[in-house]
Amino acid sequence: MKQRKISKTNVVNFSTYLGMVIFFLVMTALSKAGVLNRSMTGLLVPICCYMSMAVSLNLTVGILGELSLGHAGFMSVGAFAGVIASQSLLDVVPSAGLRLTIAMIVGALFATVAGFIVGAPVLRLQGDYLAIVTLAFGEIIKELVTCLIVGHDENGLHILFNLTGNKTVEDLGLSDTGIAIIKGAQGTASVKTIASFTAGFILVMVTLFIVLNLKHSRAGRAIMALRDNRIATSSIGINTTKYKLMAFVTSAALAGAAGALYGLNYSSLQAAKFNFNTSILVLVFVVLGGLGNIWGSLVAAAALTILPEALREFADYRMLVYAIVLILVMLATHNPTLQSFFARLKPGKKEEKEAA
Amino acid sequence: MEFLSYLISGISLGSIYAIIALGYTMVYGIAKMLNFAHGDIIMIGGYVSFCSMYYLNLPPIVATLLAVIACTVLGIVIERLAYAPLRSAPSLAVLITAIGVSYFLQNSALLIWKAAAKTYPPVVAGAVQLFNGQLTISYISLLTIAACIVIMLALTTFVSKSKMGKAMRACSEDKGAAQLMGINVNSTISATFAIGSALAAIAGVLLCSFNTSLMPTTGSMPGIKAFTAAVFGGIGSIPGAFLGGLLLGIIEALAKAYISTQLANSIVFAVLIVVLLVKPAGLLGKIVPEKV
Amino acid sequence: MFGKLVPVPSGAVIPERDIGKRPILNCINLGVTFGGLKAVDDFNLMIGRTEIAGLIGPNGAGKTTVFNLLTKVYQPTHGTILLDGQDTHNMTTAQVNRAGIARTFQNIRLFNDLTVEENVTVAMDAQMKYSMVSGIFRLPSFWKEEKVAHERALELLSLFHMQDLANVKAGSLPYGAQRRLEIVRALATNPSLLLLDEPAAGMNPSETAELMENIRKIRDTFQIAIMLIEHDMNLVMNICEGICVLNFGRVIAKGSPEEIQSNPVVIEAYLGKQKEA
Repeated sequence: MKQRKISKTNVVNFSTYLGMVIFFLVMTALSKAGVLNRSMTGLLVPICCYMSMAVSLNLTVGILGELSLGHAGFMSVGAFAGVIASQSLLDVVPSAGLRLTIAMIVGALFATVAGFIVGAPVLRLQGDYLAIVTLAFGEIIKELVTCLIVGHDENGLHILFNLTGNKTVEDLGLSDTGIAIIKGAQGTASVKTIASFTAGFILVMVTLFIVLNLKHSRAGRAIMALRDNRIATSSIGINTTKYKLMAFVTSAALAGAAGALYGLNYSSLQAAKFNFNTSILVLVFVVLGGLGNIWGSLVAAAALTILPEALREFADYRMLVYAIVLILVMLATHNPTLQSFFARLKPGKKEEKEAA
Repeated sequence: MEFLSYLISGISLGSIYAIIALGYTMVYGIAKMLNFAHGDIIMIGGYVSFCSMYYLNLPPIVATLLAVIACTVLGIVIERLAYAPLRSAPSLAVLITAIGVSYFLQNSALLIWKAAAKTYPPVVAGAVQLFNGQLTISYISLLTIAACIVIMLALTTFVSKSKMGKAMRACSEDKGAAQLMGINVNSTISATFAIGSALAAIAGVLLCSFNTSLMPTTGSMPGIKAFTAAVFGGIGSIPGAFLGGLLLGIIEALAKAYISTQLANSIVFAVLIVVLLVKPAGLLGKIVPEKV
Repeated sequence: MFGKLVPVPSGAVIPERDIGKRPILNCINLGVTFGGLKAVDDFNLMIGRTEIAGLIGPNGAGKTTVFNLLTKVYQPTHGTILLDGQDTHNMTTAQVNRAGIARTFQNIRLFNDLTVEENVTVAMDAQMKYSMVSGIFRLPSFWKEEKVAHERALELLSLFHMQDLANVKAGSLPYGAQRRLEIVRALATNPSLLLLDEPAAGMNPSETAELMENIRKIRDTFQIAIMLIEHDMNLVMNICEGICVLNFGRVIAKGSPEEIQSNPVVIEAYLGKQKEA
């Protein structure tokens, strides 16, 4: 029995890694062969970022069971911290790969700090109250970044906080060789884009490694216990706040790394990109892929990032179609009548009942 | 005097939030769902009234009435088609469905009315001048505040006195028990959505008159803010939604005037977070401990 | 087979074999008020280190509330709880558990989406040392401690002959097995006092008989104290050494099963005042 269980979990995890490797190889081959058009090639890095976002959000929503509506906020922190790091190190670290790595680590670190600041006070709230507070934090982060003006010259970083809305890059006092990095509401400017599909692939693999291994360790068990029954979890001596924070902050850090990669994929990017709608977009990946289901998140993130692109010929109707698909999928998977219909089609369910 | 004028604009903005929040809090109380499509019903209300006035040349009062009717029907239809089949589903599934409905409404509006902002003619024009013209209060502000107070009082009376109101309270406490007492849970929930949507339509007309513009995304932010207001005051509580809406509007107006236009929303949200940390169930909400 | 109850200086009684050792639990004037209502008031109780104690009383007497006070699910509004001589004031539920009190719940609270084995190993979290980083990178400490936990979990499960169910989801277990798993999970935290809230609820007579055996076996194997809430008087009178009777949040009687059975106050609480008789 024990042997079977270990192999079963391992098989699922192994297939997840393998699937990702295959996806990477196939996409690389296709783009080398020139089969993919430009817009598809351009989607490869964002797909990896969203996969990583979805897997990390799944840690909070699926595994910990707390609704977060501000995940894009951490992505934003990571993106702008990463871009600042990369742009400031242009001369010091000429290697793009190394600079990208540093940028992603910096992005993850800043998002970790943001995760702590958000998580420590609010994780004692529950359910929808926690959801609304994460939403609020996402919006606050967005507005704070909108107020940032950052530049870099040989004297180091110049940072201005544009509270009144009438300061510009000129007020930074940059030297002639200096470069503007973030121009307030206009976002990042002339960023040297160093993100690559390979980096995206590595990011997703690292994210998978961290989340899957965390899930199958004592921390993961405690986090899932917390999701199933909070009072019982504290009754067996588990510090619930510690584990909640651990899941939440890990999730934020991974989102930060994904954000850094995303930020370095575009020469210009506005803070408004990481708004409530982006948080929701990632949440939709998680819910459609299945709560707690890691490979489901990967597939949903990839499919739903490609879908609007594939529906391009429907132009104006594509978001409408997306909305209808979303509603229909939810109805099909959660309506009791339809659900029992699907359950009868699945052979796996029956087996489980017999085992019990 | 300057302060007074900011305060009044805050109160009228807050009154709009309060009207939306009242609808939101009722829907949440009974359906226990974050109805993210609520904000978009406001927008639909705005467009319906706009078309009635602009294309059909109907008087504002008739236009408002048409908006109320259209939104009420829309609210009931949405509840029946999208939410009712998911009554026993996990709340996250309902949430995503609500988001789907929100996208649907926004993109439908985008197709029908296009993305460009429409100039919305205020339903009442003009203003009163006080203190030798030092203080100007628009009629629309006065109308908004009056409408909000009337709605709050009417809703409180309805919920505490009428048979349907009592059924609503029963359903929000325990649907199973309410059903056993002979209450038709489905029609009670429909009625709640109808009322919430009707309020959203009124809020839509007032909001558009206040901003004098209208876009497919007009409802999103006010929807989120009104939800914040409902949580702020204690979700499920009618006086809480009223209080939360007013406070939110006042904080937003004063923050814009005295601290930073850019960070006004952040300040509003920061206040919400602080309030929830001190009072986890909102200002007037009460904590229901889990039974062990 | 049991030692008989003997008085100790404070006026309480504990089994003879536990005399001379510090009582595992000593409640002094414990009480809680919910919105003006005294749910439990002036609760005094002492439990010996290896005693099997019963907490009985009519429905709504405040028995589960006592458990909730002991485990700090509710904070007591007054009184003191001494656990092995240590004041649990200011402790959280988790801290009280690590100090030695484990419990089961009247309405079963298992981790339904975890397997039976995981339900047990998760309870050993406080005894495990490896860090989050060791867990993620699968360092040697991870393998070593997970192996120990796995073996101990199977050992504890075998106590109730549940080792073969280790990989089944807890939520899909039959009712009786769920109750047993909750006990195993509580034991996995290495308690010195085990609180069982209606362990025999919903069980048939043969399952109840087996449960009684198991409760004795747990006490004898682990040398711990057990306090149980139960409505099955046969079970209570058979295995409890000391019994405490609650009514309307107050202790109305304490003593051995024989003393409780013949106590007129207890009979009145259960059957009501016999005016006409």
